[in-house]
Formats: sequence, C-alpha cells, structure tokens
Amino acid sequence: MKCRVCREPAIIDVPRHNANFCAPHFLDMCRKQVRKAIDDFEMLQSDDRILVAVSGGKDSLAIWDMLIDLGYSADGLYIGLGIGEYSDVSGEYARSFANERGLHLVEISLRDDYGYDVPTATRATRRVPCSACGMSKRHLFDKAAIDGGYTVLVTGHNLDDEAAVLYGNTLRWELPYLARQLPTLPARNGFPKKVKPLVRLSERETAAWCIVRGIDYLVDECPMAAGNRHLGFKEALNTIETQSPGTKTAFYLNFVDKVAPLLSAFALGDDVVLAPCARCGAPTTGEICAFCHLVETASAHEPVPVELVTGRGARRR
Amino acid sequence: MKVLLRNPRRELDIAGPRRVHALLNDLQLNRESHLVIRNGTLVASDEELSADDVVEIRPVISGGAQ
Repeated sequence: MKCRVCREPAIIDVPRHNANFCAPHFLDMCRKQVRKAIDDFEMLQSDDRILVAVSGGKDSLAIWDMLIDLGYSADGLYIGLGIGEYSDVSGEYARSFANERGLHLVEISLRDDYGYDVPTATRATRRVPCSACGMSKRHLFDKAAIDGGYTVLVTGHNLDDEAAVLYGNTLRWELPYLARQLPTLPARNGFPKKVKPLVRLSERETAAWCIVRGIDYLVDECPMAAGNRHLGFKEALNTIETQSPGTKTAFYLNFVDKVAPLLSAFALGDDVVLAPCARCGAPTTGEICAFCHLVETASAHEPVPVELVTGRGARRR
Repeated sequence: MKVLLRNPRRELDIAGPRRVHALLNDLQLNRESHLVIRNGTLVASDEELSADDVVEIRPVISGGAQ
C-alpha cells in the first residue's frame, strides 16, 4: 500500500478519500481539512483569543496541537469532573501535554470549586450521567471563555461526533436542535463564539494524528458513558461507512450546506429573552440558571463514588 | 502474535502471519473504529503482521452525549 502523494509505504488507509498516506502526508491531509473547516465556516481570525476545551482525550489534544501547529496561539481549559480514576488520569494527560509544550492550561474542579462531581450529580438528579456532565461542561466552558476575555471557544467535536448527533436528532426530527447543529455558533446574548474545527476529520483520523505526533492521550472510555445512545449511533454509522465509505462526511457536511439553512427559523434561543442568573450572572430564561439549580441539588448530596453509578443497572436507578 | 485489546484491556495470542484487515475481521472489529499499532507505529490495513509481532488494536470511538 503506497502513499497517494509520494508513493512511499503508507501507514494508514483513509477509505472515505479512497487514499492511503505515509506519516508526513497524512499529517498534511489533516492540516488541510482543519484549515478548510476554519476558512469555510469562518471559525477563527488571526487576532482571536482562543480557548480550547481539553479533556485529555485524543480529539481535544489533537485540535489544540493542530491549532498551535497552524500558527494560532491558544490556551486550554480542563474541567475535573470527579469521575474517579478516569478523571485523575485524564487530568494528568492534559497537564503533561500543556507542560511539555509550554502552553497555558486553565483548570476548574467541580468538587473543589462547586462542591460536587459528576457521579454525585448523576445520583442526586436521577438522570443519565451525560446529562449532568454535559450541562456542567457547557456552562463552565462558556463562563471560562467570557470571564477570561477569550473571543472564541474551540471544542474537539469531530466528524463522528457531529454525524452521530445529527443521526439522533434526525431520527426524532428534533428541529430546534437540528437548526443549531452548526460547526460555528456566533457569540450571542452573553454566550461566547463556539467552533468545531475537527468536523472534517473522523475520530480514527484524530487518533491517528495523536499517534503519529507522539501525543499521549487517555485511550480508555469514560466509565459513565458506556452504553449510551450516542455511542450506539456511532456504531450504526460506522457499519454503514464500512459498506459505503464517505457516507458520514456526506451526511453531515451536506446537512450543514443544504439543510441547516432551511431550518434556521426553528432555532431555539434567537427570539428568547435572556436575563442574568440571579446567582452566577449567566444568561438564562429563568431567575436561576439550570447550572445553579444543579449545583444546589448536587452539592447538598453526600458524595457518591463512580462505582455506584456505572453499568446499565445503575443508569436506571 | 500477541494482540493487546482495550476496553476492557486484555491480551490474545493469534496465529500469524495475518494481514491487518483479516485480523480485524477475525475479531469482528470495525475498521472505522480501530487502529492497529506495531512498535509505536500505525500499520495500514493490507500490511502483513508476522507471528512474532506484538500489536495493539486501539479503539477510537469516544464520547458521551453533547
């Protein structure tokens, strides 16, 4: 198997491009895809102050590395979720990445700064783990970006993430969610601009970027995400992709190009009146924002070890 | 060959030689959601793995709901 560009031995095949690449030309392909996403979707300007949400996993470390490689300057933001050893190790990967490259990593701890962690919030709210986790991260990403004076928040959502969410929202025709599933969300109503520069790369490719670049990342899956619906959608799409390479790319990018513009009238939020939360000042439709309600509920609950809220039985409790 | 698998972490002994795509097929692993690594380097799908190789099959799927 030869590299499409130089005919040297390939290290990876990329069926969706009907191409194989050696290491240097694979990295070039990744850079071009990220550059194209940034340009096509007007994600970043040269004078932007960039904050990258970093988990210690492959996608967030890959996009932080790629942005630096492409000449941007960017700080990282790591949120300690308190998911037992998984969080301990993920934090070590994020810190090592930043330290080895002399990059600035902002750190927030749910337990130390807000008095709860994700396992405890899961038990206290009696909802699926990803619910409390996602809400906490979204709120704290926004807050850190606004408070820190950053002009854009970068997340490591890749093509597989976006295709899976699109698949789930399409199966239920969730029009308001579909209308807002865009690679760039402009700043509005006290929320920062948010961009997803990895939307043109699959997660197989972001993992390969890390391996080729020698980036150590947390390979193990979040113990609380096992069996969730989102992972099932990814598996279904990958079964289709294997039979028909390029399907995920066409599904997501054609949606963004052809369908999302038709749905803009359904977007939630553009006509909603928001006021500052009475406790934290974040924009909200009520007097107290959902995050502050979560903090109130979860921080009053006795700490719950992650082992008690993992597994399918625990998810239903 | 020795094959390291993740989630959960385990090790298998598999007869070689065998091509990467055949190994993934035998283990019923989707090529879209796995990479094969030998000596720290990625191995393309038509590459032949020898009986004395030690390889890692690394899953690449991650993430909870957004």
